[in-house]
Amino acid sequence: MKLKVLSYPYVVWIAVFIVVPLALVLLYSFTDGDLEDLNFTISNFRKFLDSKYLNVLWISVKLALESTVLTLILGYPVALIIAKEKPSKRNTMIFLFVMPMWMNFLLRTYAWLTLLGKNGVINFIIEFLGFKPLDLLYNDGAVLLGMIYNFLPFMVLPIYSVLVKIDNSLIESAEDLGANKFQIFTRIILPLSIPGIITGITMVFMPAVSTFVISRLLGGGQYMLIGNLIEQQFLWVGDWHFGSAISIIMMVFILITMAITSKFDTQKEGSGGLW
Amino acid sequence: MKKGLKVSMLILLISAISLAIIGCNDKPILNVYNWGDYIDPDVIKDFEEEFNVKVNYNTFATNEDMYVSIAKGGTSYDVAFPSDYMIERMISEGLLAEINKDNIPNIKYIGEEYLDLDFDPGNKYSVPYMWGTFGILYNKTMVDDVVDSWDILWNEKYAGQILMLDSQRDSIGVSLKRLGYSMNTRDLNELEEAKNELIKQKPLVYAYVGDDVKQLMVAEEAALAVVWSGDAVAMMWENENLEYVYPKEGTNIWFDNMVIPKNAKNKELAEQFINFLNRPDIAARNVQYIGYSTPNVAAQELLPEEIRNSQVAYPSKEILKNTEIFRDMKDMLSVYDELWLEVKTER
Repeated sequence: MKLKVLSYPYVVWIAVFIVVPLALVLLYSFTDGDLEDLNFTISNFRKFLDSKYLNVLWISVKLALESTVLTLILGYPVALIIAKEKPSKRNTMIFLFVMPMWMNFLLRTYAWLTLLGKNGVINFIIEFLGFKPLDLLYNDGAVLLGMIYNFLPFMVLPIYSVLVKIDNSLIESAEDLGANKFQIFTRIILPLSIPGIITGITMVFMPAVSTFVISRLLGGGQYMLIGNLIEQQFLWVGDWHFGSAISIIMMVFILITMAITSKFDTQKEGSGGLW
Repeated sequence: MKKGLKVSMLILLISAISLAIIGCNDKPILNVYNWGDYIDPDVIKDFEEEFNVKVNYNTFATNEDMYVSIAKGGTSYDVAFPSDYMIERMISEGLLAEINKDNIPNIKYIGEEYLDLDFDPGNKYSVPYMWGTFGILYNKTMVDDVVDSWDILWNEKYAGQILMLDSQRDSIGVSLKRLGYSMNTRDLNELEEAKNELIKQKPLVYAYVGDDVKQLMVAEEAALAVVWSGDAVAMMWENENLEYVYPKEGTNIWFDNMVIPKNAKNKELAEQFINFLNRPDIAARNVQYIGYSTPNVAAQELLPEEIRNSQVAYPSKEILKNTEIFRDMKDMLSVYDELWLEVKTER
């Protein structure tokens, strides 16, 4: 491929802001000591093999998987419903769906605090109806809710954009050949929408596994996720080498997940193009 | 013709930009690096007018953020406001410049109990700005026991109503103090014991919080919390059911001092700024805006009586005797981090 002059700024941009920082992180993760005398070592990675740290990785991955599965279960029917509507209605619905994302992500998460609190809006209604108030905030459910709420659009949009492109004549001919609704869905719509599902899963799983703001705000700081761990190493302990090693481990983890999901993507569309 | 027009436009644009830059440069610039919401903006304006300078004001959220950007960042600041243990670390790493006290005559207004402390003997590198303590804030309508000890935070009666600080140094410090140890201990057994107590406490804790503690306590979402004295004053102002106590086992006292980083570009102006902030009228105005406690004795006398006599902001010498300043933990930082990780991952 020949590089055009017009693409030079992008090449410089990628080099300065992506390649060099990544190389630095990689360098830091395999060394220790000061910048002036770096020694090669794998001790940073060995340190991570301690059960304490593996436990953090496990909790992060588990939470990310849970929220990915739940956003898929909730998001797929939504995408299907919107895609089946008339074009004019469809656009309004997508617009309404995306509009909350215009607001700042932190602000939206903070809003949940006032909704879920002991004296919050939801408990106010529950008490008004004569029931005992519930403990809604600062537990696993609250964190999961925050993740699903924030990441749902990332699941719905890619699936929707694949679903609207499905040629209606395929469905009509299936009907002509005697397929019932269930068969049409499992044999035609679902297989054709797999690229959208793959993209959705990647777009939800990646931010979910590295988030630490949602877990801190809605989990009441009772969680230590891998994102928090990295932040602690850089800011608090000042051990940039171990912090870099954890970052590399997380990146490898994300790459592996993407490789696995793209195996299901036989058409090599969407994120599958990466492989 | 067209080309000529373009070139002349370009020249005009360049000269306009350079004029604008030169225009800004005719006043000396002072780069200040402070905690967020930690100065009365009018005080800065007054300083700019009185000395005909421009103040470039930047903020940080934690000592560690500030440390990273001064030690590893490319920016140079003329004045920064780190806390005690961080000043100790910055001195030992040679990041701070010695202050010429001849340029800061107003240092004479600072009470001697706030000077010559362990983290900076003789105040060679720092001048006190604000100080405070941390203690227990509780809601009188929700707690019916006597609150005078850290033990109340381990009382099962208040399960799900206790807020702890989401900060390893502070929370492990509370646990150490409760057990009768120093907050600066380097003894691994004592630290291990403190960690086990925190794990025991975890089921009772509603949340580990940062600044959101203010909102939660004022809205009566929790009964007990570990808070900074300055925040306590503000919260008690908003909700009169709240009360602040100094636990009898003792607690932490902290200082935020003004320092001049070694790579400061305008050291003399920085000293003038520090001197200005210590002028009693300015210091009094500033502390009333912020709500923390000033070490400036002359300024304390200018404060309204109810603030001056407040045991929260200006506790008696007897209470202060039972306090400890955080020291730089140096190599123990990673030990603290691992202990805190064990507390956090316990479920």
